Amino acid sequence: MSLVADVGVELDGFSLDVELTIDAGRTAAVIGANGAGKTTLVRALAGLRPLSSGRIDLDGAVLDEPATATYIPPERRSVGVVFQDDLLFPHLSALDNVAFGLRRGGRRRADARRSAAAWLERVGLAGRERARPDQLSGGQAQRVALARALALNPALLLLDEPLAALDATTRNETRRELRRHLATFPGVRILITHDPVDAAALADHIVVLDRGRVAQVGSPGEVTARPRSRWVAELIGTNLFSGAAAGGRVALDGGGALTIADRSPAGRVFAVAHPRAVSVHRHRPEGSARNTWPGRIATVEPLGDRLRVRIEGVPAIVAEVTASAATEIGLVPGSDVWVAVKATEIEVYPE
Amino acid sequence: MAPSGRRPAGGIPDRAPIVPVALAAVAGLLFALPLAGLLWRAPWSAAWSELRSGAALDALRLSLVTSLSATGVALLLGVPLAWVQARVDYPGKQVVRALTTLPMVLPPVVGGVALLLALGRRGIVGGTLARAGVHLPFTTAGAVVAEAFVAMPFLVLTLEAAFRTADRRLEEAARTLGAGRLTVFRRVTLPLVAPSLVAGTVLCWARALGEFGATITFAGNLRGTTQTLPLFVYVKLEGSDPEAAIVLSLVLVTVSLAVLVVLRDRWLSAR
Repeated sequence: MSLVADVGVELDGFSLDVELTIDAGRTAAVIGANGAGKTTLVRALAGLRPLSSGRIDLDGAVLDEPATATYIPPERRSVGVVFQDDLLFPHLSALDNVAFGLRRGGRRRADARRSAAAWLERVGLAGRERARPDQLSGGQAQRVALARALALNPALLLLDEPLAALDATTRNETRRELRRHLATFPGVRILITHDPVDAAALADHIVVLDRGRVAQVGSPGEVTARPRSRWVAELIGTNLFSGAAAGGRVALDGGGALTIADRSPAGRVFAVAHPRAVSVHRHRPEGSARNTWPGRIATVEPLGDRLRVRIEGVPAIVAEVTASAATEIGLVPGSDVWVAVKATEIEVYPE
Repeated sequence: MAPSGRRPAGGIPDRAPIVPVALAAVAGLLFALPLAGLLWRAPWSAAWSELRSGAALDALRLSLVTSLSATGVALLLGVPLAWVQARVDYPGKQVVRALTTLPMVLPPVVGGVALLLALGRRGIVGGTLARAGVHLPFTTAGAVVAEAFVAMPFLVLTLEAAFRTADRRLEEAARTLGAGRLTVFRRVTLPLVAPSLVAGTVLCWARALGEFGATITFAGNLRGTTQTLPLFVYVKLEGSDPEAAIVLSLVLVTVSLAVLVVLRDRWLSAR
């Protein structure tokens, strides 16, 4: 049970060439800037855009292969899509939106509606069955869209920036919700996003897309810690910690703790600190930074006009410094240093 | 503060200028007076018996039959035409659009002449049709064709715009949920364009009901066969019975007002 895809799509002035292998029960996050080809990839996998070359194989069945003139249309693929702007049918109630696919699958109306109602309940929308899409909030609409896709139990679930259109609070809630549902969804999942937090929170596996090509593949930890290019570093090369927050402190899972500016977060959180916000010192710094700890430099890698310095410590962290600063304080692998991060530079998201 | 002359609170004095208001009033009268004339001259006491006269009933019945049939034809052919114009790219599309819009601006009498030359006994395809047993000129079917020719563009143009603006991503979402193309059209596209479909259909029907020029030219003026309500009104007004003409005109006015009520959200809301 898996997706094995070699997606080649030629559009005027743009070509997409991406190889993906994802096992059932796993979530891959495809991350990239606007125009990287993320949406084209979704459309190709869903069958909304036929391949120019390559092959899509889902659970051993070929869905699209130009070389053998094979093309299965979207309605006959076991592929569910959650679109960025939910794309609920405006003329149907929440219940009938979820029942739509079940009806097409040959279920009787009453049966499809019963099943749809159960799905609405599972996404926390019991009692909103009769609401029209324009009566739902953005987060609710996105949950209906998720229920609509999950109800068909597809072999492949495509989530095309499902959180992008939501405001910050709804986004956090919906992300948690999504995480819960993905955990019990047995098929292959692909999450399209441009947000490293979404990727880290929801995926086992990150595929970085750049101008239609795979720039890097790896676990969220690997990719954020060791971006292979300046560009990947800019996109997702950030320090991302998970831990438990209480009273303005986050106790990190891997040991250590961070002081954060906001005292309100509680429970499981992600804490994000951009490498540029991390400073490296020869001696214990005396200043306003609330987080300081000792460490030892593991690696120093040039990345464009800066150096990316990985420091082993509790916790381990990545800092970006200019080349001149690095020579001034003598940053070489093996040297003992102090790390400082201002509490105000750490962003916290509920897990 | 020193007094500074007249200074209204709301900024520049908002006094309506006289010339456009006067012209607007004349325009308003131009529309209101004819209606007032009809109501003033209506033979109210005799109205019911006029309506129940055999000839009037025949014309009314025939008008309903032909206008509804013409609307049916327009739906059957016009919905696919609007869809093709909105969704399919092909060479000559602009020409087809111009041709299908032409009846809206063409004098209906000219349309009737053109129909005769095409479908008449000696027309381009009329001879072939006649040999196949299809006779259009001076038949009820001919009246339906004339009405459809004039009225269908109203449906097509309204619906084409709606097909063009309907969110196609919703159709794609439906495809990913297992709906084939025909199901997508029935279950998603048509409901999305439903308001325009209703408006276009009502508009088309109203135009067909009022059709005069093309009908009288192509189909003639035969009582019970092609003499629709507008033709009947004209004949009565010219001839023996102007009172019947007035009563039946009021019937048509009532229908038109009903159409306006149906379409009020579309046309009467000044936003």
